[in-house]
Amino acid sequence: MENSVSQPAPAVGGDERVRQLGWFKLLMNKPWFAAAAGSVLVFAVFAITAGSSGMFNLDGIMNWSQVAAYLGIISIGACLLMIAGEFDLSIGSMIGFSGMMVAIPPLYFGWPVWLSVIFAFVVSMAIGWLNGYLVIKTRLPSFIVTLAFLFILRGLTLALAVMFTNQTIVSGVGDIAIKDPLVSSLFHGVIGTGFFEWMAEKGWIATQDGGKPLVAGIPKVIAWWALLGVIASLILAKTRAGNWIFAVGGDANAAKNVGVPVKKVKIALFVFTAFCACLFATLQVCDIGSAAADRGMQKEFEATIAAVIGGTLLTGGYGSVVGSCFGALIFGVVQIGLGYTDVNSDWFRVFVGVMLLVAVIFNNYIRRRATESR
Amino acid sequence: MSASQYILELDNVSKIFGSVIALNGVTLRLREGEVHCLLGDNGAGKSTLIKTLAGVHKPTKGEYRVDGKPVLFDSPSQALDKGIATVYQDLALVPLMSVARNFFMGREPIVKRFGIFPVLDHQHMEVTARQKLGEMGIRIRDAEQPIGTMSGGEKQCLAIARAIHFGARVLILDEPTAALGVKQSFNVLKLIHKARERGISVIFITHNVHHAYPIGDSFTLLNRGQSMGTFTKDTITKDEVLDMMAGGAEMQKMMAELDGVHI
Repeated sequence: MENSVSQPAPAVGGDERVRQLGWFKLLMNKPWFAAAAGSVLVFAVFAITAGSSGMFNLDGIMNWSQVAAYLGIISIGACLLMIAGEFDLSIGSMIGFSGMMVAIPPLYFGWPVWLSVIFAFVVSMAIGWLNGYLVIKTRLPSFIVTLAFLFILRGLTLALAVMFTNQTIVSGVGDIAIKDPLVSSLFHGVIGTGFFEWMAEKGWIATQDGGKPLVAGIPKVIAWWALLGVIASLILAKTRAGNWIFAVGGDANAAKNVGVPVKKVKIALFVFTAFCACLFATLQVCDIGSAAADRGMQKEFEATIAAVIGGTLLTGGYGSVVGSCFGALIFGVVQIGLGYTDVNSDWFRVFVGVMLLVAVIFNNYIRRRATESR
Repeated sequence: MSASQYILELDNVSKIFGSVIALNGVTLRLREGEVHCLLGDNGAGKSTLIKTLAGVHKPTKGEYRVDGKPVLFDSPSQALDKGIATVYQDLALVPLMSVARNFFMGREPIVKRFGIFPVLDHQHMEVTARQKLGEMGIRIRDAEQPIGTMSGGEKQCLAIARAIHFGARVLILDEPTAALGVKQSFNVLKLIHKARERGISVIFITHNVHHAYPIGDSFTLLNRGQSMGTFTKDTITKDEVLDMMAGGAEMQKMMAELDGVHI
């Protein structure tokens, strides 16, 4: 034992072919690392350019976190599906469609809101199942099948909204939703009010004139994002289902030959993606108080971009939920942060495009490094 | 077991796809613990024969017996349950996944975390993968390294070690040396030898006599969907095998056309 101090590293008794990797190399091997580093960079840039503008006050933080959380929820679904080697381009349209399913029945058919929420989840997940089933059965690329559903669902949203309500924005459901104990406790408002009031009493956070905290609590969408993120990343990294998701996306044929139920895994992930879209829609309807036929427009791309920025490979088989959450965070910070600076917010899309390009090139490099024989 | 000295038998098996007769009355008998080489040129029906053994195809005619009992497999997993494992050319490995995850893919060991949550037993996976590969003579650097970084021979070894670990009694190897270099091919032959030492019966499919002859105990030759017979090693020479494989007379004619070329 005494000798070990004076001896150089290879004597530790391991395999001489195991190269001790530095901490940086080890981090580089994590799919989420680039996105995490990107987030730090983005925070640093805004801390310098907009640090005094209130962006990092509690209400500012809630503001961009909320944007990140909405996107984060659907990017978790998109990320898992992408790791399994498939796409879902119908996420955005599903958000619009689900929102209508939540909003129309209580207002026009007199349903209780909890029933319409359950109805929306059941129908959207059934459509997700159909998406997956068609992809599996026809063996067509999911890109094209879900592109069809992008149009079908968006068209249905408009057509059915006009048919039942004669308008494309259905408002007034928010007031009913607040009165529904189940729906309002799950999807409306904030959590942690007691904690925030306590912090306000202590004088740690900003208060209104009456002594109430300026920020009442954490919006439930952020709590949902965190919950879903933790569960999904544990499933991916720690469970049999997670191993199957990687296997199916890495090489579906190989996975099938060793007994992985490829079809079930893929279909389940299409259903999960639809679930995420419906969760997004329900939270949004409860928050804004209305549903509109154009909700969720382009969200399928944003979710995919967040996943790619988070290190998920477009070709499947590699990626992480944590990474896609960082991807969503970058999105939220930049989108809202630009408003705090004097940069014109038209530049947001330019930034997103550049980020996407950099991320794809970087991911491709990582993949080559991981799969080439040494 | 008592009913038959053969662990696996195909008795006069034919397989017909529409108008194509892929196999025509093939008989193949695999003794316990032998390396049985299945030789044939391209299009001889080797693939169809493997897939029939592996449970992908059902024979159109004839009988397939395991341990002397007739079987009719509906899927490869049923054959696997009987201990008949097939290692295909693509090896069924996922390049981006780690050695340990590949080793247990589809059959992951589970522990209960906090008594309720079923999670992967990562430690068991790593230790077992490392140990089983070690038994096959391959020391892996890191069980967490992606498979893509391993050489072709190492991958072949992993696929074979995996099949043996999960209870294979019969190992069907589909052209395991086809894509490998000289040295790596030799390593695979060594692996086959090790498997036989452990009492595992092997069906070794190849079109390379130089790989088959040194390791094989018996040889079945396929030509155009028909078996040209099974020979034990002491009844046939390497040149005779080569001759029969290429279809003797046919080969003579081809050689005559290629003046001055000798095999």
